[in-house]
Amino acid sequence: MTSVKIVVAGGFGVGKTTFVGSVSEIQPLTTEAVMTVASTDVDDLSHVPEKNTTTVAMDFGRITLEKDLVLYMFGTPGQHRFWFMWDDLIQGAIGAIVLVDTRRLADSFPAVDYFEASGLPFVIGINGFHGQFPHRSNDVREALAIPSNVPVIPCDARNRESTKAILVTLVEHAMSMQTAGRY
Amino acid sequence: MAGPVRGDDRGGPPAWPGRGSGPWEDASRHSGAFPQQQQQFQAEEESPEPRRLVRPYTVTGGRTKPRYKLALEALVTATVYEPRDLSVLAPECQAILQFCLDWRSVAEISAVLRMPLGVARILVADMSADGLVRIHQRDDSEGRPDLHLLERVLSGLRKI
Repeated sequence: MTSVKIVVAGGFGVGKTTFVGSVSEIQPLTTEAVMTVASTDVDDLSHVPEKNTTTVAMDFGRITLEKDLVLYMFGTPGQHRFWFMWDDLIQGAIGAIVLVDTRRLADSFPAVDYFEASGLPFVIGINGFHGQFPHRSNDVREALAIPSNVPVIPCDARNRESTKAILVTLVEHAMSMQTAGRY
Repeated sequence: MAGPVRGDDRGGPPAWPGRGSGPWEDASRHSGAFPQQQQQFQAEEESPEPRRLVRPYTVTGGRTKPRYKLALEALVTATVYEPRDLSVLAPECQAILQFCLDWRSVAEISAVLRMPLGVARILVADMSADGLVRIHQRDDSEGRPDLHLLERVLSGLRKI
């Protein structure tokens, strides 16, 4: 019995849970973690040093690929102050999909930076809201400063076939990175 | 294309390797159970979220770290071959055994049985040590899935 995981990242409201749900064999579930957070950058804690727990929620789905092989897809917690959660998420992951809403491109910068720095294979999915793709993939690639070997693909997070295609692209990309010995 | 370009100073993620600790290490800087419980009490007092009837880490005896690391996607199954009196187990552990008649991930245990991830990890690790469940997870030292495993995933995805 083996399980593998893929991380789905992107800004708040970009369609991560929809993406996971479109291909998951179960309704997306939510797991919660009670966290200790050093939120000194958010609050002045000098007078309440003990107040540092919070709850982080993560949505995820499952696909049984073979009788003894299960794929989990985890949506990342959106808020920036939960970055430390990501180290746990990407541990042993196949790779990540960064969903992008071209109207709020900057929301995806932190995720792209993080995956680039960690060496995790990733692809960009441009989620076309209402089937609209106002920007060309190359424009998005340029704005995100994505290297040419990283796939940038338009997608529809609601559509099962579209989601499947991105998952396939990510796994192929992870394989080619491994063959090329990039990590 | 107009608009912001990546590379602006926007408060990105920490430098890799991340400074962070996994959730299994939450509150690891607090040695005993009491300070942890006290913190949660304070957090709950000020939180708009509904209160739990039982504080999350009560069932773990206040411990916040599992015996060993469990991945979110680690698979768990009840070992049914060992006859035991299960009524002595905490209700949460009985629920885990019930739920894990088939292979379930740690994340699913946490989500479906509505227990915080950290608690699920501690209980599952304990139950594994007691021979109540079996755990399947890839070794951390293996790093990312190898080509052979990726090929299996790829062919599986193409078939669904």
